[in-house]
Amino acid sequence: MNPPMIAVQNLSVSFKGPHGPVSAVRDLSFAVEPGETFGIVGESGSGKSTVLRAIAGLVAASGGHIRMAGEALGLRRTKAQRSAMQMVFQDPYASLHPRHTVDRALQEPLAIHAIAEPERLITTAMADVDLDPALRFRYPHQLSGGQRQRVAIARALILSPKLLLLDEPTSALDVSVQAEVLNLFQTIRSTRALTSLLVSHDLAVVAHLCERVAVMQRGTLVEVLTAEALRRGEARHPYTHTLLAASRGYRRVGSPHEGMPLAPS
Amino acid sequence: MTMTVPLLEVRDLSVTFRTEGVVTQAVRNVSFVLGRERLGIVGESGSGKSTTGRAVLGLVPAHGSVSASRLALNGEDLRHLTQHQWSRYRGRRMALVMQDPKFSLNPIMTVEKQITEAWRLHRRTTAAEARKHAAAMLEAVSIDDPERVLRLYPHQLSGGMGQRVMIAAMLIAEPELLIADEAISALDVTVGNEVLAILDRLVAERGMGLIFISHNLTAVAGLCDRVVVMYGGRVVEECAARDLAHARHPYTRALLAAAPSLDEPRASLASVVRDPAWLT
Ligand SMILES: Nc1ncnc2c1ncn2[C@@H]1O[C@H](COP(=O)(O)OP(=O)(O)OP(=O)(O)O)[C@@H](O)[C@H]1O
Ligand SMILES: Nc1ncnc2c1ncn2[C@@H]1O[C@H](COP(=O)(O)OP(=O)(O)OP(=O)(O)O)[C@@H](O)[C@H]1O
Ligand SMILES: [Mg+2]
Ligand SMILES: [Mg+2]
Repeated sequence: MNPPMIAVQNLSVSFKGPHGPVSAVRDLSFAVEPGETFGIVGESGSGKSTVLRAIAGLVAASGGHIRMAGEALGLRRTKAQRSAMQMVFQDPYASLHPRHTVDRALQEPLAIHAIAEPERLITTAMADVDLDPALRFRYPHQLSGGQRQRVAIARALILSPKLLLLDEPTSALDVSVQAEVLNLFQTIRSTRALTSLLVSHDLAVVAHLCERVAVMQRGTLVEVLTAEALRRGEARHPYTHTLLAASRGYRRVGSPHEGMPLAPS
Repeated sequence: MTMTVPLLEVRDLSVTFRTEGVVTQAVRNVSFVLGRERLGIVGESGSGKSTTGRAVLGLVPAHGSVSASRLALNGEDLRHLTQHQWSRYRGRRMALVMQDPKFSLNPIMTVEKQITEAWRLHRRTTAAEARKHAAAMLEAVSIDDPERVLRLYPHQLSGGMGQRVMIAAMLIAEPELLIADEAISALDVTVGNEVLAILDRLVAERGMGLIFISHNLTAVAGLCDRVVVMYGGRVVEECAARDLAHARHPYTRALLAAAPSLDEPRASLASVVRDPAWLT
């Protein structure tokens, strides 16, 4: 049997705080199989981004182990490990250099890994995320929020990674572009051997793409359930039920009209 | 009809950017009127929502040109303000919660400083008093331990915390007009709903006017009174928020159909087939 693509065991991460260390992630364990898309949802500040950053080697674990395809990941990622995993950050500004054009942002990973045919790959990568070729020489501040995030996604996909770490990849996108990006992720998944971890606040997005979903609250993992169980509301933990209820939409105080879940027709 | 002056009037607003010979008409002849109510703006990425919001606050960068036949807050013409006059309006009377919170926060300033700085410019208060007020604002936006968070720098905040700090910094001045640009996109659904409740109360109880720009159609339908739909820099449809699910414009219908649903699994999502006729 193949080892899991990612196995996280008793992972803890803490940060320096004014009164000693603040623990952001506590004793977290889960495993993601090759080819699986694994979702992480949960409270704001519960440590979701920190888990992805620990896997990517951007923050150091204070306890526990992470294995990738059976290989223990140390403090530093090797060049091979770095090209095998790509991260799309929650904040597109974190992945894009403010003084580099779209073209340069897409050239860079290709140059670092000495890839031939950059021209063809860049054109395809932009087309894949539906970015107008006219935007190729723009700077990040000259793009709309959604256009910036699509550049970040194109950059992550351009090296055909084995593992994608996606931190809210579509929350800056409008639903039409989101649909295109979600369809794109599904196509890539069926045509390339790709494992993904997807952090999102949108339970419908997570249920759409993922087989299983982990729910986090205050640095711990409260439960892992299948997407079907999530859809059917078959959660064990009360926090998951709270999230499901909140997903039904906001109800105005003394509302003249019912808060409505939009039933798309 | 009584002849009260609307809070905000926008008529024939256009914004054009020129970058290296390329001209982008980001906003084309947009008109709307806002009372002490909640107006939603939805529309696809790049359709000009943020640029519209920035133009209302005089925040379009220098290489963009703005024109309007009317742009007025409480009947006061905003079209020929100097930078100094704009800064007196902003912060105190109108405020913008920007998309990309971390980019809008100053990376080398603590949360406490960011929240209190603008506020203290307009009020005579002690540092201790401002700090107390800032902590209360953070608590109001559901930040668990405000005392810890006040001391953090932007890179030490989670995405949703950064967004709430930004909201707290804008609300502390109690503006008459708030433009919230994707203000809940980084928040989990429970905290997101709490923020919507705060905005809702400010409109209902203090008579603030709210422009809520969002990709989240469920939130817009639940919070807003009216919605305008933008496409290619124009307003293509305006309707009551409660009627959003029955919107008529093909672009709006396509938007509604493109969202994944928690109730019914879909193999693939409908993508929006754009019709050039929508631009005319
Ligand atoms: N560099 C840092 N220094 C200090 N504290 C940090 C740092 N990065 C994160 N934290 C803290 O760790 C906790 C978890 O943050 P994290 O960004 O992982 O949350 P999250 O679940 O991704 O939240 P969100 O949904 O709001 O993005 C937060 O309390 C945050 O303040
Ligand atoms: N500073 C700028 N310089 C040049 N072009 C710009 C600038 N700001 C925005 N634009 C362009 O103007 C158009 C409208 O952008 P805007 O940010 O208003 O869109 P938006 O509707 O807010 O999109 P999103 O939903 O993706 O945030 C886009 O084509 C964008 O590339
Ligand atoms: Mg995060
Ligand atoms: Mg925008």
